[in-house]
Amino acid sequence: MAKFIDSVKKYVKDLFPQKIQRKTIESDYVLETENLGISFGGLKAVQSVNLKIKKNEIYGLVGPNGAGKTTVFNLLTGVYQPTEGTFYLSGEEFRGLPQEQTNHKGIARTFQNIRLFNNMSVVRNVMVGLHNQDEYKCTVLESVLRLPRHFRIEKKMRERAKELLDIFGLKEERNNLACNLPYGKQRKLEIARALATNPKLLLLDEPAAGMNPNETEDLMDTIRLIRDKFDMTILLIEHDLKFVSGLCDRITVLNFGTVLAEGTAEEALNDPEVVKAYIGN
Amino acid sequence: MEIIMTIINGLSIGGTYAMIALGYTMVYGIAKMLNFAHGDIIMVGGYTIVLFFPISPIIGVIASVIFCVTVGIVVEKSAYKPLRGASPLAVLITAIGVSKLLQSSAQIFLGSEPRGITFNFGNIQIGSVSISVLTLITILCSVAVMVALTLFVKYTKTGRAMIAVSEDRGAAQLMGINVNFIIMITFIIGSALAAIAGVFLVFKVQDVGTTFGAMPGIKAFAAAVIGGIGSIPGAMVGGLVLGFIEAICGMVPALSPYTDAIEFAILIIVLLVKPTGFLGKKRREKV
Amino acid sequence: MKKSLKSFTKHYLNYSVIGAILIVFSIISLVSPMKTSMVFLFQQITVAVIMALSLSLVVGFLGELSLGHAGFMSIGAYLGGKIALVIIEAGDLKSSNILVFIVAVLVGAACAALCGFIVGFAALRLRGDYLAIVTLAFGEIVRVIFTHSDPESFGGALGLKSPSFGMKETFVLVIIGILLILFTLFVIQNLLRSKAGRAITAIRDNEIAAKATGINVTKHKLMVFVISAAFAGVAGVLFSYANSPVKADTFDYNYSIEILVMVVLGGMGSINGSIISAVLITVLNNRLTTILTGDNAVFKDLFYAVILILIVIYNNAPGLKGFREKYNLKNFMNKILKKKHDPSEITNDAARWDVVPTKIEMNEVLSTDIVVDKVGRGDDSADIRERGGNK
Repeated sequence: MAKFIDSVKKYVKDLFPQKIQRKTIESDYVLETENLGISFGGLKAVQSVNLKIKKNEIYGLVGPNGAGKTTVFNLLTGVYQPTEGTFYLSGEEFRGLPQEQTNHKGIARTFQNIRLFNNMSVVRNVMVGLHNQDEYKCTVLESVLRLPRHFRIEKKMRERAKELLDIFGLKEERNNLACNLPYGKQRKLEIARALATNPKLLLLDEPAAGMNPNETEDLMDTIRLIRDKFDMTILLIEHDLKFVSGLCDRITVLNFGTVLAEGTAEEALNDPEVVKAYIGN
Repeated sequence: MEIIMTIINGLSIGGTYAMIALGYTMVYGIAKMLNFAHGDIIMVGGYTIVLFFPISPIIGVIASVIFCVTVGIVVEKSAYKPLRGASPLAVLITAIGVSKLLQSSAQIFLGSEPRGITFNFGNIQIGSVSISVLTLITILCSVAVMVALTLFVKYTKTGRAMIAVSEDRGAAQLMGINVNFIIMITFIIGSALAAIAGVFLVFKVQDVGTTFGAMPGIKAFAAAVIGGIGSIPGAMVGGLVLGFIEAICGMVPALSPYTDAIEFAILIIVLLVKPTGFLGKKRREKV
Repeated sequence: MKKSLKSFTKHYLNYSVIGAILIVFSIISLVSPMKTSMVFLFQQITVAVIMALSLSLVVGFLGELSLGHAGFMSIGAYLGGKIALVIIEAGDLKSSNILVFIVAVLVGAACAALCGFIVGFAALRLRGDYLAIVTLAFGEIVRVIFTHSDPESFGGALGLKSPSFGMKETFVLVIIGILLILFTLFVIQNLLRSKAGRAITAIRDNEIAAKATGINVTKHKLMVFVISAAFAGVAGVLFSYANSPVKADTFDYNYSIEILVMVVLGGMGSINGSIISAVLITVLNNRLTTILTGDNAVFKDLFYAVILILIVIYNNAPGLKGFREKYNLKNFMNKILKKKHDPSEITNDAARWDVVPTKIEMNEVLSTDIVVDKVGRGDDSADIRERGGNK
């Protein structure tokens, strides 16, 4: 019964979320985390992670299974709220924002297991990504009454989506259902959708998982292209160390939720602690 | 004295609900589907005892268990098994269809006139309280069933296989458990419990129509959800909660017309505040 | 030319057909009045079509199952009907006029929308089977409350005496009904073929991805429930004008199921399919009721049950995939029209129109508790397990 009362209290608290005072700091970095950590019922899944990612950097997050890499992503996108520490995007504090707000303010992500809108066409998948931007604002009433702005916005969105698809070489398939695309193209579509939300920081969760060497090469080119063309900062999780050392400017190695080493790929991967974590003594 | 009566009534109604709720909870936990037709299995059991009671009460009970189990297996094999692996919404809609199918077939075979049996079990006098023997049998029988079921799930090979299937169907299959067989066993147990509950309900209500099982079915599902779906003790707790609410509402004339509404309102509140129910396990989404 | 024809069929065909029916119906009614039973059938059809459209929004496009839609309708019928009666009495009118009707529709829709908002809150926390049960419970609560209401105010078990236009020409109500269908279609179709509609279908297809893509899931779910409930309320007001007295028992769980059958039969995520199947089922219902008298009436229910089961199994059974690809309506139509099948052709945001949305995966249904607590919105249980294993 006491447990039940607790959950009632929690429910009431959920209904009226507390306002968190968010501060802004001076920062030269796109993403800056400050002792970021989360614990689940006493178990510290991630603790004191300090990432500093510069603009236009491709940053890698590396570590064995269960090291807490995806948890860091979930913290950064508002899926989980950090129990300790905080993080800033271009100096603006992001702690406590719900997922859609996080995205709106500039962090977009992809998922480890691809999550597309399977029953929608490819072009519409990307158009959904454009929804949150002020540039494409159109109220529900305007859409229902079919006012001129609706048509204007729809056309603009479609054009923009086609442009994005063209970059990823998906223009020909734009009217296919997303679930009918081959695996590699689904990955690309997911990245295209994330880019459509116009982020400052792009999080890629194991983008090369399940790809053959050719596709991986292709993906590396695509990621570099994204950085150059969109002036993007990218944080990615990857197991393939060749992929990481070939692509990333700097990396951080996580194990058991804590940072083992950081620096350029070569430095970090040769760190004795890292070698120990991967290969053993 | 009224308080004692209310408690005993609550126990008896709650016991019946708990037995039905056990069927729901086990099917939900193991086959991962909401078997909407479970309530209509109760109706099948009710009709069977009505038809066989004149021959012999014992044969009636046995026949209704056998018949319900048969119907349960047929339904599972023909309607639910083809949809294994399909979206749960599709399975739920099919279950609704099966429920309607059972109701209308019953009406076609047995006519729309409600049937019933009257049988007086008599009363026992304890002190100044007079308790109907039927109520006592209901309470004793439901307790016995629950104990037996708990022991079965905990200490037999099949029971442990059930837990395994409910935890992770794929992994259970890899460990050599015949998932289809386990799901069938679940339906058999659920249907047998529904049959017994149906028998008690018939003696209590004394009137079986085609929608006889619908309302107890829905309420028992509510009980299963309140207690925490997938949890066997949860089904008992939920059943007793609803049973006591019903007994209390029955004692207060101002509340009695609204009994159903109050029960459903409590269901909604419990779900909104604690979606996993009182004893349910918390599972979370992985992103 | 060909392109403009295609665009016309995509956007305006259903309006044109319904408009044509409206004109033909009005002319026939004015020239030679129809039988009362015929007019009554038309009234039933208009109510059913609006209900099917409204439920299709929730089930077909948002991918949530509502088993209590009759409850929203009942609120519209009772409160809308009551307000009409009150106005008639207060204004000393003999019977309802069109203004009173409009007020009744607005009030009925608003009250139902309010309830939709409340049920929508449940939809935010619960999904799949749990939400279905909550909506079912909601419908039952509404029914019980109206059945046991004060006989003076809402008529209690005898039902609410309903308002009427007081004219002999009952076909006027059908014309109003068809106009309301056009309005419903206008709102729902435009909503779905717009930004908001894309967001709604995105939520159906993958809620987690929708959130990560910046869609406000809360807002859109509430919106869908409110709009859908409002139209169910409109259908309710129409119903209260067409049937006297309005009885709460009409709007029971079985009625909700009947509407669900229409939506499933018409194809999840297909607006026109819902309309067509609503018309078909209502006509069939009416015919069967006259043919099957007495105890035979139950064959109707049996028929629906079998149809429902067969259609869902045909469309969703994993084992029937090959069969389904070989024998389906589209291939059949193409054969008749001698058209080549083009699999890349998708005309709107609908799901593959015959398939129940698979948004809800089994493991997600069980994970009902996705609320923010102190820790966060869920735990990385696998991470933890593996960490434990590593140590």
